[in-house]
Amino acid sequence: MSEHTITTNDMADPAARTALVATLDATPGASKPDPILVVDHIVRQFGGMTAVDVGHLEVQRGIITALIGPNGAGKTTFFNLITGFDKPTSAKQGAHWSFDGRKLDKTSASSVAQAGMVRTFQLTKALSRMTVIENMMLGAQNQAGENLFKSMFHGVWRAQEREIEAKADELLARFKLLEKKHDYAGSLSGGQRKLLEMARALMSDPKMIMLDEPMAGVNPALTQSLLGHIQTLRDEGMTVLFVEHDMHVVRHISDWVAVMAEGRLVAEGAADTVMSNPAVIDAYLGAHHDTDLGDDALLTDEALEEIEAEVAAEEAERQAEEEAEGLR
Amino acid sequence: MDTIQGILNGMMRETLSPQTAAVAIAVIGLNIHLGFTGLLNFGQAGFMLLGAYGMAISVWHGLPFAVGILFGLGAALIFALVLGVPTLKLRGDYLAIVTISAAEILRYVGRSSLLSDFTGAAQGIPGSQYRTPFTSLSFFGNGSFTLWPFNYLDVAGGAAWVRILGWIVLVALIVGLVYVLRGKAGLAGGAKVGAAVVLGVLAVLLVFFLFPVPNQSTGVNGWWVRFVAWTIVAICTFLVFLLVRSPWGRLLRGVREDEDAIRSLGKNVFSIKMQALIIGGLFGAIGGMIYVLPSSTQPDSMGRSLTFFCYTALLIGGAATIFGPVLGALIFFGCRIGIKYTASAYIPDSVMNAQQTEQFSYIVVGVALMLIVIFRPQGILGNKRELRFDV
Repeated sequence: MSEHTITTNDMADPAARTALVATLDATPGASKPDPILVVDHIVRQFGGMTAVDVGHLEVQRGIITALIGPNGAGKTTFFNLITGFDKPTSAKQGAHWSFDGRKLDKTSASSVAQAGMVRTFQLTKALSRMTVIENMMLGAQNQAGENLFKSMFHGVWRAQEREIEAKADELLARFKLLEKKHDYAGSLSGGQRKLLEMARALMSDPKMIMLDEPMAGVNPALTQSLLGHIQTLRDEGMTVLFVEHDMHVVRHISDWVAVMAEGRLVAEGAADTVMSNPAVIDAYLGAHHDTDLGDDALLTDEALEEIEAEVAAEEAERQAEEEAEGLR
Repeated sequence: MDTIQGILNGMMRETLSPQTAAVAIAVIGLNIHLGFTGLLNFGQAGFMLLGAYGMAISVWHGLPFAVGILFGLGAALIFALVLGVPTLKLRGDYLAIVTISAAEILRYVGRSSLLSDFTGAAQGIPGSQYRTPFTSLSFFGNGSFTLWPFNYLDVAGGAAWVRILGWIVLVALIVGLVYVLRGKAGLAGGAKVGAAVVLGVLAVLLVFFLFPVPNQSTGVNGWWVRFVAWTIVAICTFLVFLLVRSPWGRLLRGVREDEDAIRSLGKNVFSIKMQALIIGGLFGAIGGMIYVLPSSTQPDSMGRSLTFFCYTALLIGGAATIFGPVLGALIFFGCRIGIKYTASAYIPDSVMNAQQTEQFSYIVVGVALMLIVIFRPQGILGNKRELRFDV
């Protein structure tokens, strides 16, 4: 058995998780007792549009954290930023993030993965003209045979290659892909590709796995088994951060939820309570979602002024916040 | 009958020539770029030219032959670094643009009359200036011989029935070889390889029996340079076999499929692409050295068209295969000269003169390339399954 399946986690016990989650502060950017990922002041602008502007976020080790938010909230951009696939606009201007105590401010995507934070993609990136097993074996780290000079000598990497293949077989069996081992990845269905990508990410024994919409385009039956896999990962001691749109999924498996809207972190909380947070409801439905637009009373000048004042107050608050951040 | 024999003899001489071997080596390098890593290198002729210049200029100026080879390889290595550093982080098209222009820049610099003392400008460096240390290595002795000394002329005086029988047997051997290699003969593992080797060796022996090639033993363009060239082709092919079956080769194919996926698995994509560019470029440089050994180092002989001949040979043989580049080069040069000789033998001069048959042969090659890309995009040896999922 590979290493990560032996190490069990205190967080495998649901009661321990509930107890832990109960002690966490449910405010956006709250500090956690044992954060594996700490993100500070990450801003990404595309032209004039600010896609991501996260002041502070900590991800607790050993639990499943969901990152949710309406379309265009900047979740995937945020993922790209912290995994090194994109550079924050605020780089060198106070953008910091560290993973497991290691600073990642200026590192490339490959060294982020080597540090133990492996991601999957929203649009799966199965290497379609390679077989499933080749896909898997690419995921293993520190392969002697990937060195140009050692690669020519079969004896140098044969033993390691066998180990890697055994590990890949084990993971494929777990993800029910073993019978597809020698098929080309391009011949798999969309859901199977998601599974393959997740299994491939696990080949590197990550400390934290980041799943970008793992359930998108997967049929309900497969969703169930994918959810089971994700929970097993947590029970084995891995930290999971995932982006998801399906609220049932989020409620079902996540221990903690962070909510993004318009690039900002607007709320955090336990999965069952965060949905009733007014900030979350505002983000998804709009601040005036329960106002009847057909109501003529709204057309009066006072009502209009009231709304304008509200907007101005919101703006002022935002500005004050930014200034405060700037001073820090 | 004698006309046909003459055409086939010509094809045989052409496929065996050191130029074909040189291009085969360059195509082996190009295969690492395009076939395995997906790098669009349109400047393989530039790598060849650098290898040739490195060797020719050093030897011409009195340096030892081995140092010349090292200079040629070093020049190609630096060229790969210069091309790769700015472009390999960008999308693939940029490498294509930069390589084709860099190869042209090299050619024009080589032609410049300011450098006559080094490159010999447009006239180039005559082979006699740098060939001697190579030919003096020869252990083939002087004189000349024909391969094989015992050939069809010795059986019944080379009668027509001997030749026709030989050709039929040759075709049968090749058909049998294809049959075995495609796994239709019901053989597997060692038996399959054994049968293929036996059939292949028999076919080669028979080819030399039917189309004997006379040449000088050493000389300017004799058996010695052919022997060295084809030995290097074999070594390069074996080297590529070792490289691509390893985890390193798997990494190359991963980069070809999706760079970002490989990056997300913690691999340094830039370094892998750079390694591939350098290795392929070094093969190109070796090819260039062999290319100029029997002739002269002329910048114009290694221009864009040579790069595209390399591409044609690669696509004919099959990209991302081990033997594809060699087979492609053999077929490309053999068939081109076959077309040329056939046209000049059977089309009257009033319709097409000797110069036009040369051009006609290139036209036919171009059309053949288009047909191959349309109807058999994986080439002769390529794996259709590997090409089917082109998402």
